[in-house]
Amino acid sequence: MTAVVHHDEDTTASRTAPLDRVNPVTRLLAVLVLSIPLLMTIDWVSASVAVLLEAALFPLSGLRLLSFLKRALPVLVFAPIGGISMLLYAKPGGAEFWSFGFMRVTENSVELAIAVTIRVLALGLPTILLFSRVDPTDLADGLSQIVRLPSRFVLGVLAGARMLGLFVEDWRSMALARRARGLGDRGAIRRFASMAFVLLVFAIRRGSKLATAMEARGFGSPIERTWARPSRLGLADLIALLATVAIMVVALTAAMLAGTFSVVGQ
Amino acid sequence: MSNGLQSAASGAGPARVVIDDWGWRHAGRRAWAVRDLDLVIEPGERVLLLGASGAGKSTLIHALAGVLGGADEGESHGSLLVDGVAPEWARGRIGLVLQDPDSQVILSKVGDDVAFGCENLGVPREEIWRRVGDSLAAVGLDLPLQHPTSALSGGQKQRLALAGVLAMQPSLLLLDEPTANLDPAGVTEVRDAVARLVGDGGSTLVVIEHRVEVWRDLMTRVIVLDADGGVLADGPPDEVLDDVGERLAAAGVWVPGIPLSLPPRSAPATHVPVLTTQSLTIGRHRAHAVQRDLDIEIPSGSATVVVGPNGSGKSTLALTIAGLLPELTGTVAASAALAGPLGSRPIRWRSTELLTRIGTVFQDPEHQFVASTVRAELAVALQALRWSRSAIDERVSEILDALGLTALAEANPFSLSGGQKRRLSVATVLTASPAVLVLDEPTFGQDRRTWSSLVGLLRTELERGATVVSVTHDAGVIEHLGDHRIVLEPTVTRVSAA
Repeated sequence: MTAVVHHDEDTTASRTAPLDRVNPVTRLLAVLVLSIPLLMTIDWVSASVAVLLEAALFPLSGLRLLSFLKRALPVLVFAPIGGISMLLYAKPGGAEFWSFGFMRVTENSVELAIAVTIRVLALGLPTILLFSRVDPTDLADGLSQIVRLPSRFVLGVLAGARMLGLFVEDWRSMALARRARGLGDRGAIRRFASMAFVLLVFAIRRGSKLATAMEARGFGSPIERTWARPSRLGLADLIALLATVAIMVVALTAAMLAGTFSVVGQ
Repeated sequence: MSNGLQSAASGAGPARVVIDDWGWRHAGRRAWAVRDLDLVIEPGERVLLLGASGAGKSTLIHALAGVLGGADEGESHGSLLVDGVAPEWARGRIGLVLQDPDSQVILSKVGDDVAFGCENLGVPREEIWRRVGDSLAAVGLDLPLQHPTSALSGGQKQRLALAGVLAMQPSLLLLDEPTANLDPAGVTEVRDAVARLVGDGGSTLVVIEHRVEVWRDLMTRVIVLDADGGVLADGPPDEVLDDVGERLAAAGVWVPGIPLSLPPRSAPATHVPVLTTQSLTIGRHRAHAVQRDLDIEIPSGSATVVVGPNGSGKSTLALTIAGLLPELTGTVAASAALAGPLGSRPIRWRSTELLTRIGTVFQDPEHQFVASTVRAELAVALQALRWSRSAIDERVSEILDALGLTALAEANPFSLSGGQKRRLSVATVLTASPAVLVLDEPTFGQDRRTWSSLVGLLRTELERGATVVSVTHDAGVIEHLGDHRIVLEPTVTRVSAA
């Protein structure tokens, strides 16, 4: 019995933020709720409102601002790049500000560029926010116990993914070994291909060893599996989902009131 | 059905194994891996299973665990029963620990990993966590349940695997070379953990291991498999080892009390350094130095060993002096004789320039294989050095002959046995006749026979005038290839001459 108490203490000690009480499965659903309307409409007001509301909820995530920004860097870089291509190549319309060859910056393209930039942020940032602190094991527990995906599949992927770290080590050793064997000076592409092939051999071999180890521990037996870590939905999940829906409703309403709402393809 | 298995899984007492005229042939092979086997293992017996490489020990233990696979993996003959049923139907009652620590960790946290087997057997949640705590205590792993499994040492990983198996409360415990890939501290950890377990007599134990002295005192019976089928010897440990000890030793088993027939080596008198380090800081990543301020000399033409506990940076030091990893601070300098017209720092040399000067043998031979046949593998270095075709053929044939690899010349390096892979990885380095040989744990997992051939080979290189540097935990290597010792401690360093 003491072991159970110990386990619970461990779980709560490192987790204090309100978002941590939200099941990973709910988070997955929240990202879907956030993305579908944002992918349907294309205007700057709805996305801006969504980004602002999400930013206001940031303190609930338990993330430090700096570590969040580090993780979000790819999105922060990619969003303006997407915007610039819209700025230069989008369907021209309204007053023209500048042109060069195929590139034409018009009133229409400026508006679209801003909308696309903010939209990428509105989709990317909450995904990072919601999943930064998710333990893959908890997600797997949720997918098996709540969504009822086949546990054989989910746990297989989970155990396999853990091996990625070993492959990084393999790759490093192989690169050093190629220098040691006189192959380090030329033929980088060939070297890459040969290392990739060996890595594939390792992957297959490790995979089959892992499968044996899992099988030896009763994995895939006809007995119905129990779960050491219960994955449950609670009040926090309901609140999180309602908040997500609310963000969407407010964002879309704001766009309609501002008269900028426009469905993609129209 | 499931209830029956479940109740059987908890506290059914030690299992009885009955093997009757049993055999197994892997799919696509002509020869039987095991055949004509008749054995009875009584409940509570502790059996050490021995035999030459290829005698079918692993096949038998996998069969006992019920993980040999179905008809597409091979065909069986006769019967092999655990408590009267085929092992595939008694999986929850049979625990198997394998050789490779890395491939047995299943989940990312210690507690979850131990719980995995119980979950699969349908054990109720409260009972699972009780068993997890008990099993971790039994193997002496005093770690938080949330501790990441990736941060464990090899010995800890093997004890974790053992705990995961124990939590299933097996009636039959099978250990397939559980300490072959561990350093001496890890071997002791695992052996002591098993010693604590067998005391309670809750399960029948079968262990495969090359190193007999580790397990001898724990066992009640030794069974030696005959490579030609059936059993070569069977009885109490002392009796069997007296009886067939010499034969076992010749077949590659490490039998205690039978000395290796290697002549003692007279250390050379010269102390001219071939490699020197100055205020050297080493590490695989700039942010993480494992040793600082190392001032080390590697004496030319002699054998040096680098020893120390895991995590003290032995491999990192080897790769750094071998010109493969850059110094974090300080320098590695080659003597003028070694460098020739080049600059003194090996890390600045081109890959082909390194080839004839410093050859490195990696811990895992497979990391350095690049060709699809043994012959092509040996030619790689010479092609990089732009030797003529006929000169390459001549040199490769010579090396194949010298290392007894001629019969395997057209085989794929990945298909070789562990001992053959090791010999090939050393051979690939020897083709270019480097002045300095750096080897990382060259004898890991080797049986007595392949060990002797490897150490003999390195001694021949020393006679030729080469310098040999080995990173090792192996007392035999230290004895036979340790003219000089570099002892690394996790923080401080001491250098001594033996």
